[in-house]
Amino acid sequence: MSDSFNLEIVNPEKLFLSLENVSEVVVPAFEGDMGILKDHISIISFLKPGIVKVFTGNEVKELYVEDGIIEFSENSLSILTSRIIDIKEIKKDDLSSMINEANEALKDENLDDQKRFIANQKIDVLNRLN
Amino acid sequence: MASLDDLKKRITSVKSTQKITKAMKMVAAAKLRKAQESAEKGRPYSDKMHNIILNLSKNINDKENAPKLLAGSGKDKVHLCVVMTSDRGLCGGFNSNITKKAKSYFKKILDSGKELKIVTVGSKGFDQLKRAYKEYIIENISFKESKNVNYFDADKVGKMIIEKFENGEFDVCTIFFNKFRNVITQIPQEQQIIPLKSEKSDDKNDVMNYEFEPEEDEILNNLLPKNISTQIFKAMLENSASEQGSRMSAMDNATRNAGEMVEKLTIEYNRSRQAAITKELIEIISGAESL
Repeated sequence: MSDSFNLEIVNPEKLFLSLENVSEVVVPAFEGDMGILKDHISIISFLKPGIVKVFTGNEVKELYVEDGIIEFSENSLSILTSRIIDIKEIKKDDLSSMINEANEALKDENLDDQKRFIANQKIDVLNRLN
Repeated sequence: MASLDDLKKRITSVKSTQKITKAMKMVAAAKLRKAQESAEKGRPYSDKMHNIILNLSKNINDKENAPKLLAGSGKDKVHLCVVMTSDRGLCGGFNSNITKKAKSYFKKILDSGKELKIVTVGSKGFDQLKRAYKEYIIENISFKESKNVNYFDADKVGKMIIEKFENGEFDVCTIFFNKFRNVITQIPQEQQIIPLKSEKSDDKNDVMNYEFEPEEDEILNNLLPKNISTQIFKAMLENSASEQGSRMSAMDNATRNAGEMVEKLTIEYNRSRQAAITKELIEIISGAESL
């Protein structure tokens, strides 16, 4: 397959996912969703809460990420994130507890704009999943 | 000489101690495997993080406006030392090795007239340091409740350190932990995390031209606090593997020593039993002869 590249998703505990035949990845970059294909220019960017879509052949994998940083160089994409969950494995209870957590964080009045934005974003995404 | 009863009691007590140390060794061995595994699994994350930061910091031309976490506060007055130890004892020289290393560093800092602040992670380090350095310890954190090392604990420590740094409470931050090499050797380490020291920069093969979105500064500002938590997490993982390894070999030694002691005591016991029998025989014989 000539149109594919490598993908590695790492969280602090382990190598979460490693694939070699990925055709496209869509990541929720901080300034908007970004699709990455083979031979993309080397890039470093960071993520906001959202859904990472991984296309391999005819399959699509969807993963929820809380934050993270991506690096793409020489046809290998690394995603580093502190919290990542496969959408299929998300349970309703976890969802509501995560939403509550974000809502709690929003109550803090001293929150700076960026953190407020991230928390709002998180609630949006989670509500959509719910 | 101790009486037969006393000897018997001692033998039983040493034997039961041996049973305990043997069990602890088994438990440590099982935990070690798990801890070692997670330490190895955690490496890709911190390595990648380190690489990205290295690449980023090379692309920053304007060194003066670089984020403070990278460049430092420009002073070298107040040193914060984070001493990471275990919460449990009975693990050989594990905790004393770290505190020994930390103490020699403290001495260096104090001798050169700088200010010292200490944060201890893990209760054993606090116990060992509080006698000599109580007035410098500003915080004592312990994760006794969490069963396994997890990132959120490390994140808490990281956030606390960053908050202190932003309030200008210190200029340089160093962490102390044991690096796990194998079951027998763990190497106490000191690692400076603020300002960030890029250890080895192979300028030739690492120069990559990256596109940044958003700007470098913004990414760095976002990434550097994470890196600190990551480094602390890595240290915690290494530490937990070292702790179990150290405990395992300490308990192995203890079991062996107990075995030796049981042997020695058994010989002594048999001898004194024999002596008692001989004495009794002599008494009977000489009693019969005198008749």
